[in-house]
Amino acid sequence: MASVTFEKITKRFGSFTACENLDLEIRDGEFVCLLGPSGCGKTTTLRMMAGLETPTSGRVLIGDRDVTAVHPKDRKIAMVFQDYALYPHMNLADNISYPLKVRGESREARHAEARRVGDVLQIGHLMERMPAQISGGQQQRTSLARALVTPSEVYLFDEPLSNLDAKLRLDARGFLNHLQRDLGITAVYVTHDQAEAMALATRIAVMDRGRIVHYAPPLEIYHRPATTFVASFVGNPPMNLIDCTARIEGGALVLEAEGLTVPKLPVTPAIEAAAAEGKMTFGVRPEHLWIADGSEAGQIAGELFANENMGPESLVTLARTKDSRLTARLFTDEPLNLPETTRLGFATTHVHLFGPDGVRVPGVDE
Amino acid sequence: MGRFAHLHFSRVGFTALTALIGAIFALPLVWFLFAPFNPRAELGLAIPRPFSFSNFGTVLENDFAIRALLNSLIQSVGGVVCVAFAATLASYALSRSSLPGKGAVTYVLLLFSSVVSGSAAMVPIFLMISRVGLIDTHLAVIFVFAGGLLPTAMFILRDFIDGIPRSYEESAMVAGASPTQAFFDVALPVIRPGVVVVVVWAFVNIWGSFLIPFILLRSAEKMPASVAIYSFYSEAGTPIVTLLAAYALLYSIPVVVLYLFVSWKFGFRFFGGIKA
Amino acid sequence: MKRFSLLSARAGATFMSPAGLLVGAFVIVPFFWVIFVSFTNRSLLGPTALNPDFVWFQNYIELFTSGRGVEPGTFGFSLILTVQFVLFSALIGQALLGLLLAWLLQQVPKSVKGFTETMVIGAWILPEVVIGFAWFAFLDYDNGTLNGILDALGLPRGDWLLDYPFWVIVVFNTWRGTAFSMMLFNSAFASIPPSYFQAADVAGASSWQKFRDIGLPLIRGHVVTDLILITMWTFNVFTPFLLTRGGPGGQTEVLSIYTYRVAFRDFDFGKGAAVGVVVMLINLAFALFYLWVARKRTPRKEAT
Repeated sequence: MASVTFEKITKRFGSFTACENLDLEIRDGEFVCLLGPSGCGKTTTLRMMAGLETPTSGRVLIGDRDVTAVHPKDRKIAMVFQDYALYPHMNLADNISYPLKVRGESREARHAEARRVGDVLQIGHLMERMPAQISGGQQQRTSLARALVTPSEVYLFDEPLSNLDAKLRLDARGFLNHLQRDLGITAVYVTHDQAEAMALATRIAVMDRGRIVHYAPPLEIYHRPATTFVASFVGNPPMNLIDCTARIEGGALVLEAEGLTVPKLPVTPAIEAAAAEGKMTFGVRPEHLWIADGSEAGQIAGELFANENMGPESLVTLARTKDSRLTARLFTDEPLNLPETTRLGFATTHVHLFGPDGVRVPGVDE
Repeated sequence: MGRFAHLHFSRVGFTALTALIGAIFALPLVWFLFAPFNPRAELGLAIPRPFSFSNFGTVLENDFAIRALLNSLIQSVGGVVCVAFAATLASYALSRSSLPGKGAVTYVLLLFSSVVSGSAAMVPIFLMISRVGLIDTHLAVIFVFAGGLLPTAMFILRDFIDGIPRSYEESAMVAGASPTQAFFDVALPVIRPGVVVVVVWAFVNIWGSFLIPFILLRSAEKMPASVAIYSFYSEAGTPIVTLLAAYALLYSIPVVVLYLFVSWKFGFRFFGGIKA
Repeated sequence: MKRFSLLSARAGATFMSPAGLLVGAFVIVPFFWVIFVSFTNRSLLGPTALNPDFVWFQNYIELFTSGRGVEPGTFGFSLILTVQFVLFSALIGQALLGLLLAWLLQQVPKSVKGFTETMVIGAWILPEVVIGFAWFAFLDYDNGTLNGILDALGLPRGDWLLDYPFWVIVVFNTWRGTAFSMMLFNSAFASIPPSYFQAADVAGASSWQKFRDIGLPLIRGHVVTDLILITMWTFNVFTPFLLTRGGPGGQTEVLSIYTYRVAFRDFDFGKGAAVGVVVMLINLAFALFYLWVARKRTPRKEAT
């Protein structure tokens, strides 16, 4: 096992900048997820760790070793590809043990090892099959087995679950979590699925347009997202964000927007600075809203737009203005009868504030 | 009801029309179904009575005819080996290497190969081959075909290789394989179907070609079947039909077999891109 | 810094070299050589065989001013004949018939589809000398299958190769080459999602309306590709030689046969090369047009 360090990494493809001046440190034994929308540079970042792309500038270190110019074969890494890259002309045993073959191990030794890893991943009985003859979930585990068959310093995962259907993906996710607990490997995992990142990572690096915008443990990112981008990317449904006019009045912050009633909030120097421009973004997560009943500190009112009962919970969507909607996640398994104009309540502790530049403004207790 | 009747009617009409066109296409070939088996075959259509293989016997006893089929085989296989070897390496490089200007190379090749057609290049090719002293050799036919077919072969194969995910070789390298190992262990087996396509295409092209060997070869013992077939004429210049028909059938068999093999393995559509 | 790639530039160059040598020697060198020879009076025998004189544009001038107008046997005649040959056999014959067949094949039972497809493709894949001979037998005046059928139908028989040589090679080339257009259009039609046609069915469209309003517009790009390719091929095709040898009286002497006769029967290599250069220029125009169309249709790939 080893740590991975990115030092001021920039990667350009022609005029397109995939990664801009990236610094990233992954500690030994950590499971780091690179999370972001497509085109944010997360896969390029992973491929630079693997050596499949060469950075335009900057250094990559594995442990203390500068591997920036080292060929992938000499990096002591393992990688699981999005399309699995299982060789169609080899059976499972040969596929899984290919890394051992290039190291010159005998056929018997290789196949025994492939069988051992295969058994752990519940594909041990399929060793004679060809990749085309097994299911998608089994293919996924075969590619995982090939990565695990040799000890490596870092394990890289490029959206390994994105080709599975929803149920298999949940299974596989649980399995990966179990594996990480068992083996304690250093892993870097690329995904655009925030739930996957939340479930698996010890730390998440949220990426946007070639930069890391927030790098922290999952719950830290959930509770204190660094920017409006992070707030709207992590959490499902995403955080409700409302653009407000802001001013300081009598030592308190006053936020105003159509349909929004916010209690006066205590002022910190950071809030004062952010409010100086007269605009702020107010945020509250859907699961922190309830039907206003008098117990709330603030309210948001809007026309009822949709009311979806999902079983254990209901998603209620209000149209606050003509083109701004917000969603509440209400934990009830009863049908909800709501009036045309509905009011939702929230508590002051669940309010997130962002400055005009989209950056989080810490509250009093942060 | 009326609507369905109409649909049914047009369907029958289309089917009849399609079958009719198929039959018209078949007409010029029907004669070939019978003449080789008719010991008294003439240019007219006649059902063999008795049905006999004696024409084939005559062909097999004709050393010159057999020699010509062998020559066709030598030239086709030689050309195919050159094309497959050079095109596989080159198109892999065009698809995967960091060679600068490889896109331009493909376009220039394609341009040259379509501009320098057989009819335009027959004069310089003849003069060139004479100059290097290869006139009347198998090698000349093999090389000229290889050069002429390569650009298209490379284009077909490069397209095929471009369609194969790079993650195959990438995963091999991450697993510790050198570029050479990745090429032989992983890339080559995966692109084999594409190579088969090119091999079949090149073989059918060389096997059936007339002009190039007609120009480049002189002596009877080097003629391929496509040229030799014209020697089955009597002194008076009339064709010896029995011999010709049987020989033409024998000569067509490899092409038909390959065609059946390809349509069985890859489906009809495959041929769409392959004959130039 | 050295960039990672699956195959280094040096290895790539090594991989390219066998193909480079073969193509260089047998495609690119002839290209320049033919231009050079076309400016000489090189012949097979005689004093100009080894030490040809440089005659500049003499060969070209002769091509275009033969003094005999455009009678058979002249370059002008062959050029015009070839243009007509391309127009009738490729653009009208192969493309239209191929389009019709491809459309019909979408909607007929599998057995009929298999039969017709096999026949059309058979005409295309059999070796050209075999085809030439089959047609020779087919068209024979006394015993040929065609006249036999006409007799049976009570229609007048004809000595086709003698009386209508041009139309024979037109029909012959249409027959020979329709397969390519048919397969290209067939796969183009097959790549259209069936739901497009089902939606039209639901809207009550006839087969003709579906062809005109959905099928044809969606394969327009393939039509252009097809027309350019078959034009180029037909322009250079030598196969009619196997049926008519350019005759009778030079009436079917298309450019490729003309080149062959001038160079290898009259042994006037200089003049033959000049024809070759003209053919190449025409090919070049088609090829550039084709590449331009192809580039316009496929969006540029990532530079990496």
